[in-house]
Amino acid sequence: MAKVTVDGIEVEVPNGVSVLQACEAAGKEIPRFCYHERLSVAGNCRMCLVEVEKAPKPIASCAYPVADGMKVFTDSPMVRNGRRGVMEFLLINHPLDCPICDQGGECDLQDQAVAFGGDASRYREEKRAVKDKYLGPLVKTIMNRCIQCTRCVRFATEVAGVPELGATNRGENMEIGTYVEKALTTELSGNLIDICPVGALTSRPYAYVSRPWELRKTDSVDVLDATGTNIRVDARAGEVLRILPRTNDDVNEEWMADRGRFAFDGLKRRRLDRPWVRQNGKLKPASWAEAFTAIAAGIKGRKIGAVAGELADAEATVALRDLMAALGSNHLECRTDGAAIDASRRDFYTFNTGIAGIEEADALLIIGSNPRLEAPVINARIRKRVATGGIPVGFIGPRGLNLTYAQDWLGEGGATLSALVGGQHRFNEVLRAAKRPMLILGRGALARPDGAAVLAAAWQVAAQNGMLQADWHGFNLLHQFGGQVAPLDLGFTTGIPADIEALWLLGAEVPAAVPEGAFVIYQGHHGEAGAARADVILPGAAYTEKDATWVNTEGRVQRGRLAVYPPGEAREDWKILRAASEVLGIRLPYDSMDGVRARLVEANPVFGGPGFAPHGCTDLAGPVGDVGGVAEAAFASSIHNYWQADVISRASATMAECARTYLPQAAE
Amino acid sequence: MALSDKDRIFTNLYGLQDWRLPAARKRGQWDGTKALIEKGRDWIIEEVKNSGLRGRGGAGFPTGLKWSFMPKQPGDRPHYLVVNADESEPGTCKDRDILRHDPHTLIEGCLVAGVAMGAHAGYIYVRGEYYNEHLVLQAAIDEAYAAGLLGPNACGAGWDFDLYVHRGAGAYICGEETALIESLEGKKGMPRLKPPFPAAVGLYGCPSTVNNVETIAVVPTILRRGAPWFAGFGRPKNSGTKIFCIQGHVNKPCNVEEEMSIPLRELIERHAGGVRGGWDNLLAVIPGGSSTPMIPKAVCDDVLMDFDALREHKTGLGTAGVIVMDKSTDLIKAIARLSTFYKHESCGQCTPCREGMGWVKRMMDRMVEGRAEVAEIDVLEQVTRQIEGHTICALADGGVWPVQGLIRHFRPMMEERIAAYKAGKAAPMALAAE
Repeated sequence: MAKVTVDGIEVEVPNGVSVLQACEAAGKEIPRFCYHERLSVAGNCRMCLVEVEKAPKPIASCAYPVADGMKVFTDSPMVRNGRRGVMEFLLINHPLDCPICDQGGECDLQDQAVAFGGDASRYREEKRAVKDKYLGPLVKTIMNRCIQCTRCVRFATEVAGVPELGATNRGENMEIGTYVEKALTTELSGNLIDICPVGALTSRPYAYVSRPWELRKTDSVDVLDATGTNIRVDARAGEVLRILPRTNDDVNEEWMADRGRFAFDGLKRRRLDRPWVRQNGKLKPASWAEAFTAIAAGIKGRKIGAVAGELADAEATVALRDLMAALGSNHLECRTDGAAIDASRRDFYTFNTGIAGIEEADALLIIGSNPRLEAPVINARIRKRVATGGIPVGFIGPRGLNLTYAQDWLGEGGATLSALVGGQHRFNEVLRAAKRPMLILGRGALARPDGAAVLAAAWQVAAQNGMLQADWHGFNLLHQFGGQVAPLDLGFTTGIPADIEALWLLGAEVPAAVPEGAFVIYQGHHGEAGAARADVILPGAAYTEKDATWVNTEGRVQRGRLAVYPPGEAREDWKILRAASEVLGIRLPYDSMDGVRARLVEANPVFGGPGFAPHGCTDLAGPVGDVGGVAEAAFASSIHNYWQADVISRASATMAECARTYLPQAAE
Repeated sequence: MALSDKDRIFTNLYGLQDWRLPAARKRGQWDGTKALIEKGRDWIIEEVKNSGLRGRGGAGFPTGLKWSFMPKQPGDRPHYLVVNADESEPGTCKDRDILRHDPHTLIEGCLVAGVAMGAHAGYIYVRGEYYNEHLVLQAAIDEAYAAGLLGPNACGAGWDFDLYVHRGAGAYICGEETALIESLEGKKGMPRLKPPFPAAVGLYGCPSTVNNVETIAVVPTILRRGAPWFAGFGRPKNSGTKIFCIQGHVNKPCNVEEEMSIPLRELIERHAGGVRGGWDNLLAVIPGGSSTPMIPKAVCDDVLMDFDALREHKTGLGTAGVIVMDKSTDLIKAIARLSTFYKHESCGQCTPCREGMGWVKRMMDRMVEGRAEVAEIDVLEQVTRQIEGHTICALADGGVWPVQGLIRHFRPMMEERIAAYKAGKAAPMALAAE
């Protein structure tokens, strides 16, 4: 520890931290542009200059290590002049377009100009003009505003792992760009908008849409992948205008994947905003009462089952389960992709190491998953671990994938997995030598005929290679959507028998095996194949339109909140089920959110807590499955088109544009 | 009293003799190098310290002290010697003559310095424009290898030492030691944050020391003739001999090795044939390469050419590139040209330099015409102060010092120019300084 005096306040900070951190520990705010906690230190904006006793010149506090007994001054004439000078330099070539700048109101340059700048410009020369750059359909550039802090360059290189941004030219002519003009090939590009301290990189879909002070901000959770990214939904007049990540070091740090950030325009398109009932083979608009009556008539005396889809929230799921129980049915399913998940133990189907736990791992085996597409933020965490710790990453799946970090390609499919089970594979040595090895099993690897065997084999690899310890759980299943774990927690795994006569689909597609004449109820917010096949459509709420509980791939229980009301006659999903139960004459025993949540905890106590805490594994017995039955077939991720992987993003024009840009062969 | 020929270190500075190894040996180079090496690194560092040698690249940091910062015991990381031959300072051309006419002084110096800092490899970063010079240097290194003076067991003294030449691409900033290291590593030449200093984390993350060509090249002679010999020249703390580059409005521009602390007037009159039109025709002198502030004739009359004397007059010895300007010079235009140079060479990393040098350049351009307000001279002065000392490296400091020197000594000239412009008559256009 080092004792540092900041403006007379004595603080004790660990050796090796920067002067800036010491100043923050003393409660002194240091202005900065280039410095960012999660990026390397560039020290080039010179805004964080402070005075250190006996130093002849002001020093850049972000880059200067503390020394014991150091005396720092953050408000001396030297410091004030330095800051004012830097502010003046930054502003001389910065356009005065704040009134129409999308960063206006939340701009570091604006705020710090108020706090530390002068009151007038002395610059009489002509301003610099810089040509705007094309970075893709998501990030809009207005390069005149760029202050060359290089945060974006460092983010792209260090966090996103795509060294495609850089500074060309020298001095005044220095420009940020992609060298050769092209769209950035990353699923994390939206974060560039967040880290840009000025309005040089802004959101293309949000351009000129709103001023920040007009927005109502609601804290929520992203469900378009299974990371459980903490988000803030910004809405105005009942419309979601943008989504930003919130900081949560255990989950997403402060990053967010592009699909979760930009797909929200899909919430306004192709929505189911009123009930529909099929009459004479054709879907006709109906009232809620007519829809419920039709359901009552349609399911009467029939063998009914329920399927929870990939975006089902826990409250609706438990209400659906209760409704089925009241109807005497125990035919529940949520594994719509056919993944052979064994839900008999929670650690068979969650990401047990935890996302933050990745940073403790010292060896990683990825089986049948492409984390870059399935969970970009988790992939960034893996990259961070590889970049800082240089851990070995074994990969079983398609050859030549760019995961943004070096991976040791072990093989394409089941044969390699079987070799690892046998313990004779070279990567077994790597795993055994590690103290904290972990594996990530992709959900896509389970969605094949030998899925149960793959699951059992992966578990056995974990068990035999030291991944399951009393204080370390290295077995991880990576899900793909935010609604996939809660139904597993609620027992939606009993299965749909082939002779089912009625089905209640909660945002789910029709299982292939549904007989022709079955009566299908589709409850959801976007109508796709499930809605097309439905006899009754009940319009539900999307994740931004309801208070709901979500469980991420770790098993972490998080609350999303209503940011805007559902469109038209659509309603929150548990309320629809509660209302339907009334018409069906079985009346679910709760009529408030508190009531549903109490029921949720009763159904599975995990919903009463955070749902996830670092844990070990002492019971090495594995999931049901014939370890020897793994077929030789190659593993494939189930996500091929990242940009349009869920119903909301398939309705999104922004995501369609991304798909056209990045996957020209996949776009229609 | 001038430096006598027997005390010259660079005996082939003018290229009158052959640069090749046999001729170099006749001039005393590579004489007893083995014995010097065998005396060990501590002895070498001690001798260099005692000689009072200060870095010849501009900053004047004591060389022996710099070498002693290298880790005493080599760890698992190799040590590197890096020689800065990216001589790009306008007004300076001393290293060039060493490279092309006396390369073996440098090569021998590299070996000795390598031993002193525990380095088994040295890199010479040659300015990109020095194409022919690099050919000579490379040929000289090849000769040295062939003669067993470099390579495994160099000079038979039991020390392995390899020397590599790397050509830059012509950026002034790559003469800054950490930018040079970046460039040598294949990256964009941008100065690094310090600390850590190169002696701890330098080339490829290993302990490294960057020295100027002249600094390294004088070391073998110092060791052979002894520290007291070298320390005997010049005033205390400013000892030794030094190559001065005298140019501009003198009758015979030249490079000359002279004793430190020689009076400026004597230097110009003895070696450069005096100021064009006589000493009284002198207007000002930039004494240490383009980065150092100019001094007016009154100061030039009796100033001594060494680090401390020039610092007393708010300028510096720098690289000892003496730019002499007589009364025909448009000083404002001359300095405006330098501002253009520094604006062009700013790497663009730090805000004050990136934005400020362009501002200074544009204001200077207007000052040349007089198209400005008198109050703007103060703005210009303040802007240079806002730049100075607020950046990672010293390029910005060196870029604004000439402007500060102009304002300090010739402000009335600038005011006159503005008044003339306002009065609507063309300013008296003196000789261009391009």
